[in-house]
Amino acid sequence: MEPSIPLRIAYAFASLAVITVYGLLLIGSMARISAKVQGRVGQPVWQPFIDIVKSSGKRNSISHGVMFWLGPVFRLAGGVGTYMFVPAVLGSVVFQNFSMSGDLLLVMYFIFFGQLGMALGASEGGHPYSAIGVSRGLAQMTAFEVPFALSIISIAVQYGTLDITKIVMAQQGGFLNWTLFTNPLAVVAAMIAFLGMSGHNPFSVVIAPQEIPIGPPTEYQSNLLGMLQTNRAVFNGAKLVLYMNLFFGGATNVPVMVVKTFLIYFVNIFVGQAFPRFRTDQAIRFFLGVPTLIGIAAVVLFAF
Amino acid sequence: MSDIKFTRALADPDHALKPAGRPGPLGKPLVLANDGLPEEEKAWFCDAYPTASGPYKGILENFLNWARSKSLWILGFGTGCGAIELRPLMTSRFDMYRFGIQPRPTPRQSSVFVIGGYASVKTLKRIVRSYEQMMGPKFVVALGSCTINGGMYWDSYNTINAIEHYIPVDVYIAGCMPRPEALLAGFKELQRKIRRGECEGAVKYAENFEWYKANQKKVIHDWNMPDYNY
Repeated sequence: MEPSIPLRIAYAFASLAVITVYGLLLIGSMARISAKVQGRVGQPVWQPFIDIVKSSGKRNSISHGVMFWLGPVFRLAGGVGTYMFVPAVLGSVVFQNFSMSGDLLLVMYFIFFGQLGMALGASEGGHPYSAIGVSRGLAQMTAFEVPFALSIISIAVQYGTLDITKIVMAQQGGFLNWTLFTNPLAVVAAMIAFLGMSGHNPFSVVIAPQEIPIGPPTEYQSNLLGMLQTNRAVFNGAKLVLYMNLFFGGATNVPVMVVKTFLIYFVNIFVGQAFPRFRTDQAIRFFLGVPTLIGIAAVVLFAF
Repeated sequence: MSDIKFTRALADPDHALKPAGRPGPLGKPLVLANDGLPEEEKAWFCDAYPTASGPYKGILENFLNWARSKSLWILGFGTGCGAIELRPLMTSRFDMYRFGIQPRPTPRQSSVFVIGGYASVKTLKRIVRSYEQMMGPKFVVALGSCTINGGMYWDSYNTINAIEHYIPVDVYIAGCMPRPEALLAGFKELQRKIRRGECEGAVKYAENFEWYKANQKKVIHDWNMPDYNY
């Protein structure tokens, strides 16, 4: 039976709360794993929670105008929007979100919507490093969008639909039905794009929170920064759930979802700890090279 | 001569408040109209006063103080030779991340300002600007003997002797140079002080703004910035 609208809204909030907490724990545990690789003890797993509480608990805050305030709001809307139209757990009443109401194109739009909104907001801050960060971010985003979009086109042709739920349903019944095995080229192209999307090494020059070119959030502080940190968790969770659904067979219960998304995110750390950082121009050349060719091959293979 | 000047300034804050050619007894605001700026540039900057927010009390504030102490973001601004001792803290040997300490490139986001040793007058100008741009509550750790009494630069023509005449300081770490272990001990002490609710430097700065501003203007002669940067 279809739940009523207020109940669905309550479920959506519950689902959002779970993915926020899970996303923050994921960020914390990945930072801890990176530390272990470097021979350090590392920050506590719950450090992202403390950072958000601290940022939100600052006593004063400055603004550079309406657009400056709206930047993090758009970013959060992008993260929440991405998550809300993806079924986190297939068949679950609570975690299916509003996946019946939107399709893959809407989700792709939401992925890039946040970044564009943030670009507008960060530019309002007037800091030169914000502008540098925005130009770097948008350039890298445009580049990794190409293999990602090609991969999406490929699986849309493969499954004959843009409905995420139908794509997941088609992959049920054994792991050999996953897109990973039925369309490996598309998965490779999308996973390389995912490295760029997550902003870990080698594509971490856009947002390097502890270095001088910190990126778009240069002027953001206090509760606005807390909002951006929260969004980072939501957005990470949303992207992971999307990838799990499109390429790795989705999940039918929460533990499977947790294991799969953890492993997908772990690819970032695995690559990031092994490779140094690209400059933005090198990253663009990289994305428009081999990953794009792989993406084109994936499309050609299924279109003809 | 300079020792007399220094001790008098410490013993009698009123003395430091009376720089040559600038009136203003304690408690009476100076004229803060960005007076060092050319006329056409005055409109570019605000000329507001800082407002004291806090100190607060209660369970929520205790919890926030705990969070603040567990998430210290250092402003990545090496103001003197002591900044070289900050770098080893990131390495796996000392690993400050396990205490929730991490560097941050912009004053807007950082909560701890580490004054790394001697501060020349030219640097002091940047220190003041950076400090005022930080969001409260903000903490200052002064590192090395030079920040306490001038250290080996005690009678230098171009460095200031006591940093706490210019910005409020929460924790001093003595030594020349203090080793990274001493820095970690200082940060632990700062965390304890924050949890006890004793680190209200931003409030102190706002309440004694005239005194600090007069001291700053006494040494910074080419004052070409707003009186309060935020």
